[in-house]
This record gives sequence, C-alpha cells and structure tokens, in this order.
Amino acid sequence: MKQNRLWAWIIIALAAIYFIVPLIATFIFSLRMRRGVLSFDSYVSVFSDPRFFSSFGYSLGIGAFTIVLGVLVVVPAVYYVRLRMPWLRPVMEFVTLLPLVIPALVLVYGYIRLYNSSSWIPFTGSVIGTDILLICACMTLALPYMYRAVDTGMRTIDINTLTEAAQILGASQWTILSRIVFPNIFVAVLSGAFLTLAIVIGEFTIASLLNRPTFGPYLVTVGTNRAYEPSALAIISLLVTWGAMGMIQLLARFAPKTARKD
Amino acid sequence: MSSNSAPAAHASTGPDISGPVMPSRNRFRLGFQWLSIAPFIIFALMFLAAPTVSLLVQAFTDRAGNFTIENFRGLASDQIVSAYTISIQVSAASAVMGAVFGLLIALALIRGSLPDGLRGAVMTFSGVASNFAGVPLAFAFIATLGRLGLVTLIMRDVFGFDLYRTGFTLFSFWGLTLTYLYFQIPLMVVIIAPAVDGLKREWSEAAETLGASKWHFWRYVGLPILWPPFLGTLSLLFANAFGAIATAWALTGSNLNIVTVLLYNQIRGDALQNPGLGAALAIGMIVITSVANVIYLVVAKRAERWMK
Repeated sequence: MKQNRLWAWIIIALAAIYFIVPLIATFIFSLRMRRGVLSFDSYVSVFSDPRFFSSFGYSLGIGAFTIVLGVLVVVPAVYYVRLRMPWLRPVMEFVTLLPLVIPALVLVYGYIRLYNSSSWIPFTGSVIGTDILLICACMTLALPYMYRAVDTGMRTIDINTLTEAAQILGASQWTILSRIVFPNIFVAVLSGAFLTLAIVIGEFTIASLLNRPTFGPYLVTVGTNRAYEPSALAIISLLVTWGAMGMIQLLARFAPKTARKD
Repeated sequence: MSSNSAPAAHASTGPDISGPVMPSRNRFRLGFQWLSIAPFIIFALMFLAAPTVSLLVQAFTDRAGNFTIENFRGLASDQIVSAYTISIQVSAASAVMGAVFGLLIALALIRGSLPDGLRGAVMTFSGVASNFAGVPLAFAFIATLGRLGLVTLIMRDVFGFDLYRTGFTLFSFWGLTLTYLYFQIPLMVVIIAPAVDGLKREWSEAAETLGASKWHFWRYVGLPILWPPFLGTLSLLFANAFGAIATAWALTGSNLNIVTVLLYNQIRGDALQNPGLGAALAIGMIVITSVANVIYLVVAKRAERWMK
C-alpha cells in the first residue's frame, strides 16, 4: 500500500508543477511593470482603461441575454421530450453535441454567409441585428453545457409525478412549467448559466469576426500593444473564471435531491 | 448506453397519464407540446443545420454557380496541406497526452488513497482550468515560457540553459501542444473522474481473491471498463484542440500556419481569393472532427460488445 501511495503523490506533484508554475510566473510577470521593484502598476493601468470596463460590461450583457435565450429554448424542450417524447431524446443529445464537433469558426463562417446584409434574414445588416446574431452564436456554443445542466436537473426531480399532481390540481401547462418544473431545476439552470457566462466572457472568435467590441477582442488588442498588462488581464480573467466556477460548486450543494430513482 | 432502456420505462407510464383526459384537452396539449419544442428545433435548424448546409453547397459551387469538385482539389495546395498537417499533429498530440495524463491524475486522486481534501481541491481547479482557455491562457504562457518569460529567464540565468537556443518557441509544435495541455488535461480529469469512480473497490478485491495480480486486474478489468469513456473523451479533446483559435491567435497573431488561422484570415478578407475554396476548407474541418467521433463510436461499440 505504501508504494501505491508513492506513485499517486508523484503524479500529483508533477501535475501541480505544470499547473501552478505558469500561474505564479504570470502573476510575478504582471508585477514587474515598474523597473526594479514589484508593483501593481499594470493592474492600475488596466483598471484606468475605460475600454476594459466597456468591453467587459458589454460581454456581461451579451452573456445575460444568452442565458435568458438559452433557458427559454432549452428548458421547455427538455421537459416535454423527457415527459412525452422520449424517442426524441437521442436526437436531442446528438444535436446538442454538434457544437462540440463543428468548430465555432466554421459556424460563424456559415452565419456570415447566410445572414449577411443582402440575405433573406440580414442579421449583420444592422448593429442590433449583429448583436442578436452574436447572442444566438454564443448560445450555440453554450448549448451542450446548458442542455446537460438542465437535463441533469430534470433527472434528479420526478417530473412525471410532479406533472400528474399539478394536472390533478388543475394547473395549466404554462403554470406547471413556470411554477413547478422551473423552480425545481433552478439550481441546475444557474450552474449552466454561470458556465455560459464564462464561455461568453472568454469568447474571441465570433465577436471578432462579427466586429463587436466584447472582452475577447479587447484582450487581443492589449496583447499586441502592451507588455505587462496582458499578464494582469490573464490573472483577472482567471479570477473571473474562478468566481463563475466557484458559484457552480457552491450551488451544487443546494441542489434539491427529492427524486426517486430514475 | 442507458438510452436503450429509457424509452421502455417511459412508455409504460405514458398511457396511464393521458388515458382519462378529454380529447379536446389532449389536442390543446399536443399544440402546447410542439410549441415548447419548436424554438429548439427552429434554433437548431437556423444556427446549426442551415450554416453547415450552406457551406456544403458553397464548397461544391464554382464562381459561375455551377456544380464542381474543383474546390476540394484546391485543398491539395502546399499551404493548405501543411496547415491541416500541423493542426492535426497538435490536436492529436495534445489530445493523446491530455487524455493519458488526465487519466493518470484521476486514477491517482481516486485510487491512490490520497487525503480527501486534495481530491475536492483538484476537481475544483480542473473545472476552472478547463475553462481557462483562449486569449488569457496565451498571455499566461507568454509570461512563463515566452522569449522574456519568467521560466525562460530563470532557466537561462540560474541554470545556464537557453531554451530558445534549442529552437523552442511557443509558436512551434511543442509550444502549442504544451499550451493546449493546460486545458486538455483538466478537461479529461473532469470527464473521466466519474468513470474511474465507477470502478468498485469490490472488483479489485474480488480479482485479488481469485489470485489476480495488479497487472491482471488492470489488463482484464480496469482498463477495458475505462476504455470506451477514455476514447470518447479523446475524440472530444481532439475536436476541442482542432477547432481552437483564440489561444493560437493571441500567441502568434496571424503568423502560425494552422487551419483555423488560415480559415480566420479567409473569413476576414478572403485570403485564399476564392470563396468556394474557403468553404471547402471549413467542410474539411468538419469532416476531420467527425471522423474522430466516428472512430470513437466504432471502437466503443466493439468495446461494449466485448465487455458483455
């Protein structure tokens, strides 16, 4: 048994070196803006740039709309497929895996082709249209995660019994969905939402090709023009990601566990 | 896996619920039912199916609008072939290494009798690191292993080893692979951990009682069970790296000749000077990620049959 633990420790130690050294190096690098001493100058520089806040806020806004759209599209579909059309489930699983197989770059290429200003749905013809297209594109990227989060949430509650009980009490379909199913999977939806937010904030490809001023393209601009600010931004991004993931972990503890065996 | 048994279980409860309901309400419910699924279907058609089909059509169309396979012949040019080659090499290397190291870490965590707290910490970190990709990751590696990166400088000044004199750059095959591993390994850990958890302690005890050595246990029980999820995640990691662009772009700008950067430049400003060729390039990417997934499905099918 002693030997058994030794190899485990060696693997974890090697992994720790690989994963922690870049973080330390990035952090120290970000502190070296002022010659000779360690200082937080690069962070001051980042936070005094109005474009940092405008692009970050813009990404947060896109993320919020993406989450709302994702919930409206995914939750009813997953609910009815689980309840009434289980034969559709494999199809849904397949469709929601597609964004992991088709690269985002290829999808956005298709969007630009299909929805340009001279097409039948000219999304890219106006600013608001481009924003809508960006939201839909972000939702496509988040679809696999949102679907899985909602599906897991539905699995842990007994939707058949809940639906029957509500129907006997005279609830309408809309009431069942909004006041019974949704509150029960709220925690699962939230974890999907935070993952979506992390994806949208880190997104670069689509926003840059659609020419929208989100956080990703802003980062690249800073990266090509500045020396120390990028490392500060990397640390800040890591903290943001950490915050989003930390919320998911925290929420997992509050998830309802009322279901019988599925 | 479980999808085979699920419909049967639902089918048995289905008629009980809808039996006593009036026909008129039933029709109303049917309408509501389709109304709930319609947004999902419309979304999938508009933002997944239609763009792909449109690229497919474009790839088979020449400038005059006639059917052609000339665009796919065009893919055989030196620049495009070498872009595909580097992309496939980096994706395959980072996927295989990520999968192997990720599995080792998961095994060490779950079966290495390490302190309990460590497992939670590593899983949380993996969740974060698997999402810490794109531009910030590139910045972190430039600060670490770039020409003026901290580790590069320390190795040169303290150990007298000039990494960049060996021909290493972050923009090379190894540089890119090393960077990609930073999100590939944690992703593997997150996905494979439940499967490793599924290896019950009783099984290794049973094997031991029957006189099996550690090697026998892993050869005939452990690894065959982990094989399908391992391959599944491997194909996912491959597609993940193959479609990645933000990290590479922030590391190198438009200099690196990988297929995503090539396509990005094509979308930006028709760099290949031929829209049909660009579409063929995109379709080629889908074909490659699909092939990775088909290989997985075939192997998983065989592995499952063998497990029975």
